[in-house]
Amino acid sequence: MTELLELLAAAPFWISVLRVATPLILGTLGVLLCERAGVLNLGIEGIMVAGAFAGWLAVHGGASLWGGVAVAALTGALIGALHGVLTVSLALSQHVAGLGITLLATSLASYAYRVSFPRVDTPPTIEPFAPMSWLPVPVLNAQTPLTGLALLAVPLVGWVLYRTPLGLALRTVGENPAAAEGQGLSVAGLRIGAVVAGSALMGVAGAFLTLAAFNAFFFNMVNGRGWVCVALVVFASWRPGQALLGALLFGFFDALQLRLQQAGPGVLGIELPYQFYLMLPYAMAIVALVVMARRASTPQALMKPYRKGER
Amino acid sequence: MRLERRTTPSRAALLLAPVAAIAGTLLVASLLVAWAGAPVARAYALLLEGGFGSRFAITETLTRATPLILTGLAAAVAFRARLFNIGGEGQLYLGALAAVAVGGMHGGAGFALPAWLLFPAMMAAAALAGALLLLGPALLKSRYGVDEVVTTLLLNFIVLLFVGAMLDGPMKDPSAMGWPQSVALQEPLQLGRLVERSRVHTGLLGALALAVLLWALLAFTTLGFEIRAVGANARAAAFAGMPVTAVTVKVALLSGALAGLAGAVEVAGRAGYVTLDMSPGYGYSGIVIAMLAALHPLAVVAAAVFVAGILVGADSMSRTVGVPTYIADVIVATALIAVLVATLFTQYRVRRAVAK
Repeated sequence: MTELLELLAAAPFWISVLRVATPLILGTLGVLLCERAGVLNLGIEGIMVAGAFAGWLAVHGGASLWGGVAVAALTGALIGALHGVLTVSLALSQHVAGLGITLLATSLASYAYRVSFPRVDTPPTIEPFAPMSWLPVPVLNAQTPLTGLALLAVPLVGWVLYRTPLGLALRTVGENPAAAEGQGLSVAGLRIGAVVAGSALMGVAGAFLTLAAFNAFFFNMVNGRGWVCVALVVFASWRPGQALLGALLFGFFDALQLRLQQAGPGVLGIELPYQFYLMLPYAMAIVALVVMARRASTPQALMKPYRKGER
Repeated sequence: MRLERRTTPSRAALLLAPVAAIAGTLLVASLLVAWAGAPVARAYALLLEGGFGSRFAITETLTRATPLILTGLAAAVAFRARLFNIGGEGQLYLGALAAVAVGGMHGGAGFALPAWLLFPAMMAAAALAGALLLLGPALLKSRYGVDEVVTTLLLNFIVLLFVGAMLDGPMKDPSAMGWPQSVALQEPLQLGRLVERSRVHTGLLGALALAVLLWALLAFTTLGFEIRAVGANARAAAFAGMPVTAVTVKVALLSGALAGLAGAVEVAGRAGYVTLDMSPGYGYSGIVIAMLAALHPLAVVAAAVFVAGILVGADSMSRTVGVPTYIADVIVATALIAVLVATLFTQYRVRRAVAK
């Protein structure tokens, strides 16, 4: 038990918590933006794959690292625009359209990767973001600037949502589109805008994996992180601050399972196959979803398409 | 520009919709094939030939279609009741694992029952495993309003890890030289060949029979009527006195069981043991197939054969002209979106916004 406590008190543990949490912070904020405007975006898993790939490809092709981040955001925004047209303009089932987007984006990224690199055994690498070692803050100075960006995005999204007319308009569209329409707001425009912006964040979340966490693109690297973000938004009751908390909590469990795996049976006193440790974060996401779903303040118009003159 | 619901579906649109969807899909795929530097027309010819153009191609396609029919039916029945079961992949693997647990040799320690008794037990175990896996998310949905899409998706990852642990541990085949694969099924439990010198197995007949049964269930029984009513409008169904939660639970058991059976049939009909790559996403493809088939059980069979043909054809085309096999996944995903859009335009027409 003391061993476990020592492990938790050490700085490297918290460094990895924050690193694991970064893509989740960005992705969860992305989902939050979409859902606050009333659109479920199950495309996130595929958008993260596409962002991870496009950002990495740009850097591999000679762009700067920030250039790669911009390409990832743009890729996310483009795919988001498609999702927006499908779910808002055409009012298709948000569940099915989102899954279609995920399948399409994932397969396109895999296809583009194989066309660009037909015969490689080891994935080509790039020089990833360096930690912000100039920062005088302990755990934070071991993180890359993308983690800094993610942490800054939390208050920014919160400010936009709660302190600006745009944020009020977005939330109105997600709660009561007919009322928003009555106020002279463009429901479709605001919803598509929110999906595009949210998807850009998801693209950056994916780029974190290839440009900061690792230095190459692998086919299964997103590995359900997108779905976890969808669960985290419910856990966060659609609030940016709580989204940060949820992502950190998830990062905590993911980092913990990794340490427990490495530490072996000595720490817990029982020997478990490593797969059971890997299950922990997914199981926690489900538990979080169940616990919070009962008192969550779901945006009232979430998943309800809005067609003028139709009820 | 806005959409206006048609009072009756336009006949021209009904005919044109599938054609437009296929044309759109082919256009996207053509651009990608051209980008890979391959001759487009030849690539398509090779894809068709590889999927449907020979005895070998057809038998391979039918072999691949067998689990896809079952996962497609699983998705179709669930989606009919608006239960978005995205966990077909996990249910398939758990079903496969349950089948081997009951029907496996386990180094001579397996059940020593006659095959006519053990075979149904094996299939029942697989169906039960899949059904129980979906029961949790279905109950959470109807009791607490927890979105079943996210729970079933997350369960897929948990189940795959669980199967991995089982293949490393209690169900490991010790003679597989460290390769993670399960113990084999007992010989008499494995499905026979349907066509000589091919891999098509009798599981195909089972899948077809289940498609007909499901169609009959949806079309002619009270439960089928309730499923359709709950799917059309759960609140109205509840108001009309239908037990919505009970219907959702029954649908979940049915859907999970079908996906679980897909796993058992795949194990018993092909390798005879479970591996971690036995399904290249059959569970997810099942969702696409169900949508392509407009959730109709009999159309699921056709859609499954179509998707299987593309998967098999892309493999062989890829070997010849060097277009990555992922083109098959792109085609299937694009087809899904194209069909969704095309179907919409059979029900809606585009109207220019009128100036106020």
